[in-house]
Amino acid sequence: MTAGRAKLDWGRRAVLTLPFVWLLAFFLLPFIIVAAISLAESRVGIPPYVPLFDWTQGGVWPASHASLDNFVQLFQDDLYVDAYLHSLSVAGISTAICLLIGYPMALAIARAAPARRGPLLMLVVLPFWTSFLIRVYAWMGILKDEGLLNSLLQGLGLIDQPLVILNTDLAIYIGIVYSYLPFMILPLYATLERQDPALLEAAADLGARPWRAFLSVTLPLSLPGIVAGTLVVFIPAVGEYVIPDLLGGSGSNMLGKALWDVFAMSRDWPTAAALAVAMLAALVLPLGLLNRLQRRLEPAEEGA
Amino acid sequence: MSVRLFAHMALTLLLLFAATAARADDEKVVNVYNWSDYVAKDTLEKFTRETGIKVRYDTYGDNEILDAKLMTGQSGYDVVFPSATPFFAQQIKAGIYRPLDRSKIPNAKGVDGDVMTSLTRADPGNLYGLPYMMSATGLGYNVDAINRRMPNAPVDSWRMLFDPAVVSRFKSCGVTLLDTPTEVVPAMLTFMGRDPLEQTPAALDTAMHALAPLRANYRYLNSDKYRSDLASGDTCLAHGYIGDLVQVRARARESKAANKPNIAIVIPKEGAMVNIDVMAIPADAPHPDAAHAFINFLLRPDIIADITNAVGYANAVNASLQYISPEIKNDPVIYPPADIKARLFSALPPAPPGFDRQRTRAWTKFRTDRQ
Repeated sequence: MTAGRAKLDWGRRAVLTLPFVWLLAFFLLPFIIVAAISLAESRVGIPPYVPLFDWTQGGVWPASHASLDNFVQLFQDDLYVDAYLHSLSVAGISTAICLLIGYPMALAIARAAPARRGPLLMLVVLPFWTSFLIRVYAWMGILKDEGLLNSLLQGLGLIDQPLVILNTDLAIYIGIVYSYLPFMILPLYATLERQDPALLEAAADLGARPWRAFLSVTLPLSLPGIVAGTLVVFIPAVGEYVIPDLLGGSGSNMLGKALWDVFAMSRDWPTAAALAVAMLAALVLPLGLLNRLQRRLEPAEEGA
Repeated sequence: MSVRLFAHMALTLLLLFAATAARADDEKVVNVYNWSDYVAKDTLEKFTRETGIKVRYDTYGDNEILDAKLMTGQSGYDVVFPSATPFFAQQIKAGIYRPLDRSKIPNAKGVDGDVMTSLTRADPGNLYGLPYMMSATGLGYNVDAINRRMPNAPVDSWRMLFDPAVVSRFKSCGVTLLDTPTEVVPAMLTFMGRDPLEQTPAALDTAMHALAPLRANYRYLNSDKYRSDLASGDTCLAHGYIGDLVQVRARARESKAANKPNIAIVIPKEGAMVNIDVMAIPADAPHPDAAHAFINFLLRPDIIADITNAVGYANAVNASLQYISPEIKNDPVIYPPADIKARLFSALPPAPPGFDRQRTRAWTKFRTDRQ
């Protein structure tokens, strides 16, 4: 008895340890390295910053003083502050559009006949079978002045002049919404599908019209899914680099590009690291808020 | 840039292992890290056949990738090909390279003296690098689209890009700039009749002030995208590397599309920057002898002529001219005639401390059109 229990505990502990080790090795350690660089001073040499610790003298000795200068400099510079705000707003708007498009789709799939749900979900996930980059390039072909979209609209006689979409902010939104939509639909579907249809019947029995039933039953109960989908879309969208670079007109002051400029153009690793740390900090705040919201919602869901 | 970045991130990991493994073996191998599509088909094979040294060959698409790898240290590479401006100059200052042993590179004496002299700005005393391939920065344009909008456009001048009255005419068909202050700022200074090599806050300010009101005329700033867009006719005027533009012109010619663009290339008459990619040996190169042998081999007139014939870039070995195909030798944008050549400049000196940061900031501001 006791031996079997000990074995179970050991196995459970191993299973629990694994993700922690993973997070430690592939998230926390790299982050600490980046954070350490962000406190260092830039220099011309290998590496291009003054390491905070000196490993060569046998043992670890603090080799220079850590300073917050890089951060102070960032926040004094309206250019980088603006990049934050712009990235947050692009990510926020994209997330909202994803939610507006994704919610009806998730709802439709969840309400479809069970036999059809599988194939419909499959269609949502299907784009992942092609490389992300190829799909973004395909959008370039669709959106450009003489691309598919403009040829179609001109062929139909709807427009005379091609719509300039590629290399504008609009193209960035299209790209981000397109790329991240499945990440919004899947968690939404997961919560919507679990909802008991009897709840809606009860609402109808109590005299609620469908729209009313949606607002007071379906929508509140799906909040955990909305929160999850929003997080999964919003967080990567803030740091998005590839889509603005390929589809945008380079007029968009986004964090990813600003970071690349500092890192590669002026080879200022400490300032680039400070930007990255600040970006993470800027994400932790909304993330923490949403997390608290989600925790508050969960008991409600169980109660229902 | 980004596309390559992703591919190279993955590659970097692999190479890290390869390089660590490589350090252990003998001198019979050389680890080369070069730009993609930058040797002739049989160059490496010939080298191995003649010397018995195996070549481990990896490629990159951006100076930034090479730089990041070298700056971390212990890249494991023996020969690398950084661009003189601004990378090679800064890397020398950081102490990345090992001085070349000229006694092991006898072919170096065949290198053009003027090119060596201009390289001294980046590499004082020519201690660390020898020139590999060179290409000016200039303009590529869609002849029909430009003629339609401005019949006698000053196509041989930077006015195409920097004169507000001229460039605004082409806004509708798409004008693009390289996303690199070290190309655009010197070009603007040349256009304004100032010293293009000047790297002072005052010169930077002057150039950026002149550029700011022009920003709305440029569809985007990018150092990669312009190639496919110009070749397909989606843009009509591109600031670009002549080596790239030559490939764009060829691709447009070979295109089977009915309305394929007719691309012309010019080196502006006011003068232009020449990019020199140099061969250099990292200080911690595991096989320095093999590296010297490889550089010496690449500088052999017949070998480097093969490479020029294959990639369409000019080289600095004068004796190689006899082996170079006439259409490349006589192309005025690859081997410019004397009058143009006299106005070319190359190799900016390394930026003074703090200037880099200032320039990057001004550039980000310009790119995102914030005045």
